[in-house]
Amino acid sequence: MGQTLVEKIIARAAGKASVRPSEIVTCKVDLAMIVDSGGPRKIWPRLKELGVGVWDPEKIVVVSDHFVPAVDADTAAILKLSREFVREFKIPHFYDMKGICHVVLPENGHLQPGMFICGGDSHSTMGGAYGCYMAGFGGIEMTGVCITGEIWTRVPETIRVDWTGKFNQAVVAKDVMLFLCRQLGMDNAFTAIEYGGDTVAGMSMSERGVLCNMAAELGCETGVIAPDETTLAAIRAAGKQPIADALTWHSDRDASYLSKHAFNATELQPQIAAPHAPSNSGPVGDYAKIKIDQAYIGACVGAKLSDLRMAAEVLKGRKIASNVRLLVAPSSQKIYADAAADGTLGILTDAGATMLASGCGACAALGAGVLSEGEVCISSTNRNFKGRMGSNKAEVYLGSPYTVAAAAVAGQIADPREFLS
Amino acid sequence: MSSIIGNVWRFGDEINSDLLAPGLYLKAANEIMATHCLESVDPTFAKSVQPGDIMVAGHNFGVGSAREQAALSLRLLKVGAVLADSFARIFYRNALNFGVPCLFFPHYKDILAGDRLSVDAVSGKVENLTSGKSYAVDPIPAHLMEMITDGGLMPHLKRRLEKGKAA
Ligand code: SF4
Repeated sequence: MGQTLVEKIIARAAGKASVRPSEIVTCKVDLAMIVDSGGPRKIWPRLKELGVGVWDPEKIVVVSDHFVPAVDADTAAILKLSREFVREFKIPHFYDMKGICHVVLPENGHLQPGMFICGGDSHSTMGGAYGCYMAGFGGIEMTGVCITGEIWTRVPETIRVDWTGKFNQAVVAKDVMLFLCRQLGMDNAFTAIEYGGDTVAGMSMSERGVLCNMAAELGCETGVIAPDETTLAAIRAAGKQPIADALTWHSDRDASYLSKHAFNATELQPQIAAPHAPSNSGPVGDYAKIKIDQAYIGACVGAKLSDLRMAAEVLKGRKIASNVRLLVAPSSQKIYADAAADGTLGILTDAGATMLASGCGACAALGAGVLSEGEVCISSTNRNFKGRMGSNKAEVYLGSPYTVAAAAVAGQIADPREFLS
Repeated sequence: MSSIIGNVWRFGDEINSDLLAPGLYLKAANEIMATHCLESVDPTFAKSVQPGDIMVAGHNFGVGSAREQAALSLRLLKVGAVLADSFARIFYRNALNFGVPCLFFPHYKDILAGDRLSVDAVSGKVENLTSGKSYAVDPIPAHLMEMITDGGLMPHLKRRLEKGKAA
């Protein structure tokens, strides 16, 4: 019987011809990503306790993104420790305040189809947009990976989701995911999700990243999309050559899936997730006129160049409502610079946006832009659990950058299609 | 590693991380936290569970937050194994990394509180010594069982590194 893409990658990493779901195997890790929040500061003391170093400094990428820039002495100490860690272990790939890990990795050409990657952050699933297996693990497990270069895993079953047809105006990958959180639920543990269909094939890498990023909200171990010419072009754009067998990494025709789902893109409306879960979602019309205090465009999932451009399409020649603040934290420094160069940034600031540093920031209440009790925010981020963006008495709605920008202008949740020509 | 033999503590579906490790005690020492494990479901459990006893539960065992105390408490209470219809991924990984064997066990409804079970995680055999029935389950590979027997990932790494030095 055929195998799914995820099964093929795990089999290769485990040194086996094939694997079957629920089998437990030990995989050789091609790349380990660790971040300031749960990385060096949790791993280093354990390395000291064991009296060992790391298995292969070339294969470890360290990203400082959660606590940047430091807001107090504690966060400054965490960032300082990360800098000392890479120096101590001579780790060449260190991105300090360059942007959010899940965006910085592909930007710098670290991802290739078929790789088996462990990330010390739950949204590591985003890497799967490049046709690799990338999943999130806790600090203790990343310690093991950094020492041994190995990890055990229980082979997940794969859910296949196909989208066909063309999106309506102002409907994007974010709407797909808010819809899927409602449709598939958030408790798909021990499964991987694989996206396909002509809608996905037509998506940019940035949009594919959204599908794989929010596989985490579905509870999936990873999300993958088989590589194609779009994938290869993105790898080249990052200054790397795609591996020779890149396009051979896809599921077999007769692969077996846990379940298969097919959706029609033409039927999808812009979506909103209401407090306090991404699965608590529905068409934007159901939430019209909910007043907002803050609009946030940020995070790994929601402030890439294409996201900033979506917001700019809505904001061009408009001003945000007087009682609203619009905060924009581009996903990376490179995106910040690109948005400045192509005029996107100017449109945002002309409309009244406040620009923030590239980092996790308010997404997880770690940096600038957190909410007070009773405040209402609409955000292009991926989670709206109680307390996620500040006070646990704040309310967070999720939407696409189009929808967030429309709300910023209207001062309340509004249909973004009313703001596009 | 030989079989784990113990008496059954029977639980239902969706035993979540707040039940296993109540938020109220998150700041307490792990040993104190363990004495409150599952107190709102079965107040006798943490007091009376014996080393090697086996927990049998329904689906999505361990669902909820990533707090590692949910799994660590079972380790500190010396639970022999957890058999459940299904597990939440993070709990499952934490438990194995803390040395608590977890087995997917779709026949959980056959097992009653107080039954005596023999569990061989490596061969994947579960025997109900009370009813005489036996079941095949997905095994835990020997090398992973070695980590579990060592007491989890950190003790295992320690032992592996010491062996490496001696060799
Ligand atoms: S931006 Fe938010 S979701 Fe993304 S890595 Fe940072 S905290 Fe996590």
